[in-house]
Formats: sequence, structure tokens, C-alpha cells
Amino acid sequence: MIKQNNGMNKMSDEMVTLDANEATAYIAHKVSEVIAIYPITPASTMGEWADEFSMAGKKNIWGMVPEVIELQSEGGAAGTMHGALQTGALTSTFTASQGLLLMMPNLFKIAGELTPSVVHVAARTIAAHALSIFGDHSDVMAMRMTGMAMLCSNSVQEAMDMALIAHSATLESRIPFIHFFDGFRTSHEVQKINQVSPEVIRKMINDERVIEHRNRALSSDKPVIRGTAQNPDVYFQARESCNNFYQACPDIVQKTMVQFAELTGRHYKLFEYHGPEDAERLIIILGSGAETVHETVDKMNDNGEKVGVLKVRLFRPFDMRSLIEAIPETVHSISVLDRTKEPGSSGEPLYNDILAALHENRSESWKFFYQSPRVINGRYGLSSKEFTPPMVKRIYDELKEIKPKNHFTIGIRDDVSKLSLDYDNTGWNAEKGVFEGLFYGLGADGTVSANKNSIKIIGDNTDNFAQGYFVYDSKKSGATTISHLRFGPKPIRSAYLIDKANFIACHQFKFLNQLDVLKNARHGATFLLNAPYHENEVWEHLPHEVQQQIIDKELRFFSIDAFKVARKNGMGTRINTVMQTCFFAISEILPKKEAILLIKDAIKKAYGSKGEKILQSNYAAVDNSIENLFEIKVPKIAESQLTMRPPVPLEAPDFVQKVIAEIIAGNGDDLPVSAFEADGTFPTGTTCWEKRNIALDIPVLEPDICIQCGKCMMVCPHASIRMKAFTGEELEYAPETFKYMDAKGREWPENTKISIQVAPEDCTGCELCVEVCPAKDRKQVNRKALNMAPIEPLLEQEKKNWEYFLKLPEYDRSALKTNTIKGSQFLQPLFEFSGACSGCGETPYIKLITQLFGDRMVIANATGCSSIYGGNLPTTPYTTNKDGYGPAWSNSLFEDNAEFGLGFRVTIDKQQQQARELLLQMNGSIDAGLKNEILNADQSSEPGIYEQRERVAQLKAILANAGTHEARMLSSLVDYLVRKSVWIFGGDGWAYDIGYGGLDHVLASGRDVNILVMDTEVYSNTGGQCSKATPLGAVAKFAAAGKRVSKKDLGLMSVQGGHAYVARIAMGANDMQTMKAITEAERYPGPSIIIAYSHCIAHGYDMKHGLKQQKLAVDSGYWPLFRYDPLKIEAGINPFQLDSKAPNIAFKDYAYNEMRYMMLSKSNPKVAKELMLQAQEKVNERWRIYEHMQSVYEPDKKEEWLSNNADVDN
Amino acid sequence: MNLKTSYLGIPLKNPLVPSASPLSNDKDMVKRLEDAGASAIVMYSLFEEQIIHENNALDHFINNPGNINAEALSYFPEPEVYHNLHAEEYLDQIRDLKETVDIPVIASLNGSSKGGWISYAKNMQEAGADAIELNIYSIAGNPAITALEVEDIYVEDIQTVKKSLHIPVSVKVSPYFSSFGNMAVRLEQAGADGLVLFNRFYQPDIDLEKMEVLPSLDLSSSFEKRLPLRWIAMLRPHLKCSIAATTGIHSAEDVIKMTLVGADITMMASVLLYQGPAVLQKILHEMTLWMEEKEYESLEEMKGAMNSASVSDPSSFERANYIKILQSYRLNFMGKL
Repeated sequence: MIKQNNGMNKMSDEMVTLDANEATAYIAHKVSEVIAIYPITPASTMGEWADEFSMAGKKNIWGMVPEVIELQSEGGAAGTMHGALQTGALTSTFTASQGLLLMMPNLFKIAGELTPSVVHVAARTIAAHALSIFGDHSDVMAMRMTGMAMLCSNSVQEAMDMALIAHSATLESRIPFIHFFDGFRTSHEVQKINQVSPEVIRKMINDERVIEHRNRALSSDKPVIRGTAQNPDVYFQARESCNNFYQACPDIVQKTMVQFAELTGRHYKLFEYHGPEDAERLIIILGSGAETVHETVDKMNDNGEKVGVLKVRLFRPFDMRSLIEAIPETVHSISVLDRTKEPGSSGEPLYNDILAALHENRSESWKFFYQSPRVINGRYGLSSKEFTPPMVKRIYDELKEIKPKNHFTIGIRDDVSKLSLDYDNTGWNAEKGVFEGLFYGLGADGTVSANKNSIKIIGDNTDNFAQGYFVYDSKKSGATTISHLRFGPKPIRSAYLIDKANFIACHQFKFLNQLDVLKNARHGATFLLNAPYHENEVWEHLPHEVQQQIIDKELRFFSIDAFKVARKNGMGTRINTVMQTCFFAISEILPKKEAILLIKDAIKKAYGSKGEKILQSNYAAVDNSIENLFEIKVPKIAESQLTMRPPVPLEAPDFVQKVIAEIIAGNGDDLPVSAFEADGTFPTGTTCWEKRNIALDIPVLEPDICIQCGKCMMVCPHASIRMKAFTGEELEYAPETFKYMDAKGREWPENTKISIQVAPEDCTGCELCVEVCPAKDRKQVNRKALNMAPIEPLLEQEKKNWEYFLKLPEYDRSALKTNTIKGSQFLQPLFEFSGACSGCGETPYIKLITQLFGDRMVIANATGCSSIYGGNLPTTPYTTNKDGYGPAWSNSLFEDNAEFGLGFRVTIDKQQQQARELLLQMNGSIDAGLKNEILNADQSSEPGIYEQRERVAQLKAILANAGTHEARMLSSLVDYLVRKSVWIFGGDGWAYDIGYGGLDHVLASGRDVNILVMDTEVYSNTGGQCSKATPLGAVAKFAAAGKRVSKKDLGLMSVQGGHAYVARIAMGANDMQTMKAITEAERYPGPSIIIAYSHCIAHGYDMKHGLKQQKLAVDSGYWPLFRYDPLKIEAGINPFQLDSKAPNIAFKDYAYNEMRYMMLSKSNPKVAKELMLQAQEKVNERWRIYEHMQSVYEPDKKEEWLSNNADVDN
Repeated sequence: MNLKTSYLGIPLKNPLVPSASPLSNDKDMVKRLEDAGASAIVMYSLFEEQIIHENNALDHFINNPGNINAEALSYFPEPEVYHNLHAEEYLDQIRDLKETVDIPVIASLNGSSKGGWISYAKNMQEAGADAIELNIYSIAGNPAITALEVEDIYVEDIQTVKKSLHIPVSVKVSPYFSSFGNMAVRLEQAGADGLVLFNRFYQPDIDLEKMEVLPSLDLSSSFEKRLPLRWIAMLRPHLKCSIAATTGIHSAEDVIKMTLVGADITMMASVLLYQGPAVLQKILHEMTLWMEEKEYESLEEMKGAMNSASVSDPSSFERANYIKILQSYRLNFMGKL
């Protein structure tokens, strides 16, 4: 939110502390009438801000609240934007990366029709060999041909300023603009900046141009036609008719910049040179890197060098003359830096433009250079790769060479194509007077929010400029966060991470064993540690490496038991207030007393409205923090026997040791190019090597109570509780504390034992297993077969037990009843220890499917949570069984996943057909009996598949010896003779919205694919934006006032196609029905779709109640369970089976356990009540439809109908 | 027939008052109750603890998943302003009811902290409530707290609230005090304008299938009125403040009995939930018939006619009563043999 000036500001009365997304959204909202949005990282928050501004009734400069509308995809957003523009509204949108690509066709049209508008882009890497959410210019550079003007912001301040300049210039020039800045580095960097006032905005927008825009609108009152189809005779001429507008545009932008400078005092140029007038070497660059170059240039010139930087702001239309004129005539060598890669090109985009400009200068003679500049091109910073002053200096040094390296890369070590420049990262220090602090925290402990709060406090209350940048790891549970905070008297241009901090805070003691947190401590820095020890005992608990660094770097060392203080004040594990107070108490950025008052003031602002109790406990935590903070006397010698833990166990495979372990340890930047496969391929099954140790409590088994039902295994989102059956003999070498039971049930041979074992270092402590456990001690019912207990005393013994458990053999699959809950849970999960949220509602379904079919499945995964926990480095969870079989997984895009998976199926069918035909043709060399058996194998069951695998293995051996070309050809296809299971995974954002068209087509294709829709009812991965699966009455982003229309019934829509197997399931409500649906779907020879209720952190309650909520959803009739099996029609059986009973609780008794519903009753009780009534009506109505559906398909009713309508047929 | 009575100093047209129940949540229902003859309405209880719990949960679930993931810095759109963190909806309902009906509206507050009692009670007064019923609900299960300490808490709560209000305050309590007679007097001395006897608790049950404890509340039966009946009979002569009888009042007979032992009004909920508002008309009609038959001219005349000071054998309301019942049972049993 844009904070109002609180009057305490010393610098200016318009300073605000915010990130570029908020700064941009602020401007866009002020000058738009329609804003079309769709979430995509890192642009999502721009849309969220716009939506929240409108929801709060904030008005644009014409006194109207802009209409903010969410679409089903970026393609949809661009289409709506195009339409809104054509009918005369001032329209903007926000996007990034693939989203911008989806907008591209419309951008050609919008530009081709000279329609003023602005697309704000948080520039992000486009997925190539891998997806990346981070920042570079590959998306915007791909838009060069669209005809959009392209204006670049290098910093948070510029994001606000250029956003307005873009909106103003587009109206003046009629050229639509892409305004962009670096994703994350700028979009998410928090800076203290000057806020452009509404008065200035008002002056920057010329209403005459607004009226002209409206006058061009399509209207039946003065109809014209636009968007005609033209032929070879006229298209070319008509296309050239826009040239004058493009020629005029740069001048208009420059004039707009001048006008802006007159109003604000902030001056910008199309090409802005910084450096001495007689510079010899020059870097030309656009984006946040330009600020780093600016900072470096200043320092280098102070040391007597003559270097300059040219910042490109208006990249399109590219004004060659202005560019040339901005370069000092003394420049003799230039490096053009591009933050993108155009493989196979003569050079990256900006480089080619500069070359063209210099070339044209020779004929046009705009400027005389003493020496015709030599130009080299370099790539830097892809996917937010660090770009630092030492790198900049290295490039300037290269420019001194007689033959500098061209087409170089900087920031990586390229030992394959040898393009990289080596550089020395040491010896560069921040400017004097700049405070640099690093804070290591866990996502859940509030470190980042405390730091954001500290920046605001310092920004608002001192003359300092402030910068905050936050690095998150890619896990959704137990994620590590590192906050980088800078404060200083001058504007901060350092667009890179802190590597020499004068303050380091470690908010989690266990990090000391895992991460080198003091690596970046400057000599004499202050180190603040949250340690669960008395101040006299802290030192002895530090690993040797930490002690040594404290001594060597002469750090001041402070310690506090923050958890103790937080707990004492009723704040659980939220140590944000405690650690923030300690930071202010010892950092001396503000006088201690003043700082404490300000913290309390901030607390009051944050919690004041939520009740006195929260307020008082926070205040008390502040006071207690100071009392419990101690400076630790540092001994002269490091005597600790403890050492840091290696990132992966020593027995991990070579690739894991050499590559994955380095990434885990935070050294991924040091890996050379040769460490990676050129096509993006990675080995599977690597999560088992990354021992994360994030649980505070783990489940403990009571074998005397356990009934061996398997439910705990089934619901475990992380596959970290497992069950195995084995013979008593296997126990000979079992550790003493290893727990086992006699197998219960007649199906087991004598002396069969069963063990249920927890992987203590992989468990996240979510408690779902304990919640689902149905077995209770008859004498004391609160004692279940599983109970949570603190991990600390159990960890070492359970690690040994787990190792032993893993070595026990897997039970013979073909001897298990795999269609039962219990039987299936003896199957090895081939999806384990993912980074999904603790208590995730999606992963239990995936895990179950891999248990059942993992050894022969191929997965197409839509972008979203499941592609992140499924495939984000460093480690990935899909794994293999002892034979090396396991799921093969890939992610194409967000929007095309159904089609992607269909492609898998088409290939597999075709290859199988080829293999069969080749096999048929192979006469003589292959035994006819074997051939026959292979071609006619029954693979409908586990034993059948197993036998076919054996036959195929035999065949392979024969083919290997045959040595003929035919044999080799068949050999390459022979594995397709074993039945494959194609799965298409994705969330509701994909299935209901962006991918629905493709999903619909695949369902109608008749091909044998299995679709799992993990329905969390919002876009979970990007932070809970509304989808068409979002229920009526729930609050979601983009539906802040509660969703007004009911959830789309994807289940019924799929049933109505008639050709697909359809099921709606909820594991927590009916696990057996889940099991049946998954098995039937896989067996069904055509397309199948399963819609699975997936509780989610975005629903707002403790995830350990997820299964209960699933049950309530079904009990209330909100989530009717059903299965529709078209095969049954042939057999004369009702294909539509309703698997849940009539509602027996009110919808609100389910809904109001969740904050997504509850919060509306707090923000707008009247509407909440009204929507809750409507929601109940919808539940009733849908239930009636489902009941009716059941009878529609009843075979006897069909006959009845036929007999009643007999005469009609006649 | 003159059925007029007075409660907490407020004149009422008859003694029939719907007690705190979900019925009052619905404006139309309250109107129907008024039309059927209700002389005042007690609103459903506002639970301070519930509000605090919800607000804390709101803060927790909105803020805690925040800033843990690069792609999702938060999971909810946080509104700039909340409108119902402090029970504004309840206050709106008071205002709404005051506009909808002519009968007095009594707000009901179930609080736990001192600060909370006062601020919520004041807000209710400002919203237009004619009186406030403090629903003091606590199970004295902590063995470390003495009876006196428990009683003092009640007394202090009433004193605190009374000081800050100008509208009358009634207190709804349970009978579970070791010396309720003394307690009742202390409550009156603390400033209570009326006592509502008695509160019914949520009584936990056990689900034998799941082996879990179930919180539940069954609707009352007429039989349960015996408890307030006895206590009102015994206490009426010792108290000047108003007394409302509640629990188990289902029929005209029940109302008459309560009035005879000295209740100023009778509160009912279960019967209204069972039978709907029309039952009020029926009760009023049957009361009138009975009073005519017994030649009463007004309710006031009948009020307290059978309290412990007015019956020939006051001890019949006390322990002797118990013995007699047992004896009579045995006689019956013997007789049948």
C-alpha cells in the first residue's frame, strides 16, 4: 500500500518505501480506465495492487475507480485489452515472460492500429532448456518486432517515473508502450523513493489526447471498420503508413521526459550518458545492471580511469542519432551488454542496434569520433545471475586490450565454449557510510516481514536511503530466506547481493551447520545469533568453522534465545519482533530508545486494529528482547569439535556430489558450464540426498495399537512415513530401537513382520498422519498408534532405523492386493520428499499414483505448484525403484499441458505399433512362442505387466545378439511393448482457465491419457489468485470482495462429453473411492479425468486439519464424490455413480473453518452473509442435479423411457 | 386480562421474552415473534472470546504464510479496513432490530476480559440496546481457584460493567455455586438489575463410534424448569432486583408456575425453535384462560403468590422436598406390588 507521509520524514514530504511492482501499479491505476490482469511471477503483484486499489475505492486522475478484470490467460488479457482500447478506454496490463509471449499476437495488432496503451513488464527469463522465474530480458527482446515502443526502467524510482512517462508518451505518440524493468531485481527490490504526486500525474496526461483516443473508438454512432483483411496489392503500402508515428515517437518521449523533469526535478534522457566528457571506454546497457555500472564507473574514475556508461532507456523506436550523439567523441572502445541470449545470432539485440547506428553514423556523419570505436558484445545476468562491480571493472579492463574478446559472457565460468571472462570478485568495497546487513531466516519465522518493516522504519524516520532485496530458496516448506538490507546517505545503485556485510543475523541456529553464514561477514562486523542456549553455553555449541571465522574476522558476537522470548509472550515460533528489536538494539542505525519507540509504533499500526492482546504481547516481546540479548565474549582459540554437515551424505552419487551438493550449499554460481547437460536433462531421484531436517516434531509409532491400515502412509504428502512387510529373518541386524509388528491378516505368510518407519530428516512435521490415524488406545483414547513427539531426542536413533528400513527388500508387487488402501501402501512411492508445503493436499494423490503405476508412467506437468515441487532444482522428487524404473517427467508450459501429454500418448501408441509390426516381420530369429506371447499379452494387471517385462527382457537379449539393422531398430522401440501409463498433472488454474481449451480437446480425442486436476480452487503457486475453480463466497486475490459466481463444474462438463472417464475425489473424505477412481481411470482405455480436492495453504487454516476439511466439504454436499465410467454403458450398468451421501451439514459449517471465507465476514459481513446464502443455494441446486444425474443414467429408467417413447421411434 | 409486568425497570406488555438464541439473528423472525406476542427480545450472545480468537486466527493465517516464497509473497488480499473485527455486525443488528420492532431489545454479551466487557457493553449501549444481559459463563474446573475467588470474579465483572453504562444490566448465571442464595444477593449488591436463572451449558457428549468427545447442546425439555422454579421460589423474598426464569419453559403452565414463584418474566427458546413464534399466542391465550378461571385480574397479582414466603410450607422448596419425593416413589412402588 502507498503509505501516506506521517509527518516525521526529514528528507521530503513525498518519500515512500516500496518495490517497483507497487510503484508501477500506483501509476497505472491512476491513469487507466480498464486494467486487464492475469497472474505470472514476478509481475503478479502489480495486478494484485491494481485490484486492491480498485477494491479500496481508489480513483484515477479523472475521479473514477478503474475497472480491473482478471482473464483466463495472458492471451485473454491482451485480447480484452485490445477490445477495451478499440472501444476507447485507456487500458493497461501487467505481465512477464511466457505471459508476454501469449500477448504477442495482440501486441502486433494493438501497435498496428496505433492504439495508445502500456504493458508493464517485470522482465523474466523465457523457459528454454528449463523454466526460470527470475529476471532477464529474453521476454521483452522477443517483442522487438511487434511495433511496441519499449521503455526501460533501471531502478524502483525509475519504475514509477518511466511508468508515467510511458503512459503520457503513448497518448502523445499513439505508439503503444512496453514499459519494463528487471524481474525480481527491480520488481521486488524495496527502495525508498520519491512518490510522484497525483498533481504531477494529472499534469503529465493531456486530456486532449484522451479525447482523441475516445474519438477513434469503435462506435455504432459513427461506425468504421478496423481489422480488415488486405491483399498483396495494398497490405505493404498500408503497413508503411505508420512510419511517421514511429519517427516522431523518440522526440515525443524526450519532450515528455523534459516535462517530467520540470515537474519533479528528476531528469531523464532517451540515452543517458554518465561519466567524464573525455571517456575512452564505454559500456552500453539497459536495465538494473546500468546502475551497477554507474556505481562502478564513479569509483573507477575516482581512481583516475576514463570510463563511461550509456544507459539505454528508450529501446524502441531506436533513435540511432540520439544514441550516437550521447557518446563522447573520445570513446574508442565500447562493450554492449545484453541480458538475453539469442542463440545462433550475429550478436545479441542491443549490440546489433549499436553496430547499425555506428555504421549509419559513418554515412550520415551525425558525430565525429577521434577514433572509430571498436565494439564488443557481452552477455550477463541471465535469470537474475549476479552482475557486480568487479565484473563491470573486468569488462572495462577487457576494453583496454588490443584485441578484446567479443561475444563474451561474464558472471559464469564457461569451460566449454570458453567465452567467459574470468574476474576477481574480491577487493571491491561498498561506499563509505553504507550499512550492509544480511539476515538468514526461515520463511515461517517472519524474518522477511520484519526486515521489510525495518526498511520502512529507517526509510521513514531517517535521512538514509534504504534498499531491501530478499532471496528465497525454491522450497515451499521450511524455505530459507536471506534478506539483503542496505542503508546509506546517497541513493543506492547497487543492484546486486551483499557479499561483505557489516551486520549478519542468523535467525535459526541450525543454519550454522548447513550454510556458511559468516562467509560474507566483513572484518569487524557484528554477528547476531538466535541460539537456544544460555549465554555462557552458546560458544561451545558453535561449529568449529563458525568459531574460527568469528575469531579471524574479529566479529562482535551477540546472542539471544528468541524462541524462548517469543514463546513466553505467546507468539509461538514467530520471532520477527524479537529479532527486529535486537537488530535495532545493536546496529546503532537509530538511537536505541528511538528505535524501540518506532518498532512499537509499527506494531501498533500492524496489529492495533486486531485487538489489545496481540498488541500487548508484541510490546512485551520488544521489552523482553533487550533483557535477553547478550554480547558473547569471544575466546582467542576455536576449540569446537563440532563441524558443519556436508550438504549431501558422502555416499551420494557422483553427479549429486559434484553438482547438486554445490547448489544445495549455495555455491551454484561457481559451477562451470560443463557441469550441465546441454539439453537440460537431469537425473531423477535426488531429493533423498538433501536432508532438510525441518520438522520440530515427528510421528512416533505405537506398534501395540497400530492396526496396519496404511492410512498414514497414504496421506503423507512427503512420503516420509513408509510401511514394509518382510520375514522375521530380516530382523537379525535390526537396530535395537527398530519397531516392527506381526503382520495382521490372513493374506500374509507365517512369520511376516511389518514395520512403519518415519524418515526423520525428511518429515516436515505436518501431522496429517496422526490426524488420519484411526487406531486409539482403548485404555487412553488420546494415545493413537501414531503420536507426535519432539524430534531432538529421537533423531539419531530414527536416522539409523530409517537407513535400516530402506535396506529391507520391497515386497513382491504381484503378491499384494494393490487395489486396497492397505495393499497399495506396501508399494514403494516413486515420488518422495518434495519441497511442497508442509501438509500439502496435492502430493498425496501424486504419490499414490506413482505407487500404483510409477514404474511405467510418463508425466506431463502443467506449470504451477506441482511443477515447482516436482521439478525445481536443486533436488527433484520423482525417483526410481530398485530396477531403475520410475516416472519420466516433463513440464512444457502452463497453457498446453493437456496437449503436451497427448503428444506423449500419440508417440507411445505409434512406437508400440511400429514395434509390433517390426516384431511380426522378424521371422526366424525369434521364437514364435515368445513372439506370440508378447503380441497377445494381457497387461491389465500387475502380474501381467511383470510377465511382459520379463518377455521383453528376453527379446532384448535376443535382439542384442542378432546384430542386424532390423534388430537394432526393434531394439530401440522394444520397451513400448510394455504398457505405458500417460499422466497429465496440473492445478485448477491450468485445467479450468488457461489450459481448458486444450483439456477439452484432449478429453474429446479418445486417446488413453489420465488427467489429474489437483484442485486447490486458486492459483496457489503465484499466491492464491482467483480461478474459475474458486468457490462462490471465498476471498481470493483478484476476488478481494468475495467471488460472486460459483465454481465451474468441470466434472459435469467432462461427463457431458460422454467419452471420458470422470471422477471427483477427496482423499480425506473417502480414501477407498479415491483409490477406485485412480485405478479405474488408469485402466480406462480412453481419456480419464480425475478432479481431486486439494486443501491448500491458500485456504487459510492449519494444514493438519486438511483431511477433516475435505470430509466436511463432502458432508456439506459442496464436493459431491462421483465416478462416471462410459464402459459401464455397454454393460448395461449405470455409468454415473454418486459416491457421497446427501448433505448432512450446512455449507457454512464447512466454509467458516477457513480464512478464505471467514475473512469476508470480517471485512464485509453483509456481503459475506448474502454470499453464504447464495453458496448454500448453489450447493443445494448442484446436489439436486447430481441426484438427478444418477437417475438419468439408470439402465431401467432408460428402458422405461424407450418403452414410453416407442411410438415416437415408430 | 392485564398481563403487564416490569423487567429491569422496563415496563413490558406480558412476561413472554424469547431468550438468547439463533432466532434473534433473523430480523424477520424477530418481527414475527413480536407480532406473536413477545414483549421483549434477548439477542443471541456475542462471545468476546470467539471474536478475539477469530481476530487472532485472521492475523495468523493472513500474515504467517507471507514472504516465504519468491512467487507468492502472500496468499490473501488484505483489505485496507476490516468492518467486523470488533463485532460491528452485532451492533448493526441491534440498530436494525431497534428500527424493525417496537419491543425492547436486550443485547447479550459473553465476555472474558475486563477491558472487553466494558468496550463491547458500551458499544451495545450506543447502538441502542435497551438493556444488556451479561452471560457469565465459566466452568470452575481449576482446583487451585477457591469458591470465593470465583464469586469475586463475577462480582467485579458486574461492578465494572455497571459503572460504565446507564442502561440496566441483567446477569445470566448457572446454579453451580456452593451457596447460590448468598451469591444471588452478592450479584444484586454488585449492581445487577436482574438475574436470569439459569444458564444452560453446552454439555459434551461422547461419540462411541469415533471415541471422541462431542460438544453438543440439546434443546430443553419442560422437566428442566424445576431447577429455576425452586430457586426463584426460594430467592424471591430475598431479592429486590428483577428475576427472569429461563430453561425448560415450554407452555402456559410453565409460565404460570414461574410467575407464581416470583419470576418477573419468563424466557424461552427451545419451544420457539420447536414450534415457531405462534406458540407465544397460544401460551398467552391459555394463560389468560387459566387466570380467568382462577379469578386473577393481573399478572402482578399472581406474581410470587407461591414463593417460599407465600406458601404454607416454605421448606417444601428445600431439602425436605427431596426426601418426600423419594418416599412417595417407594410408596408407589410398594403399592403396585
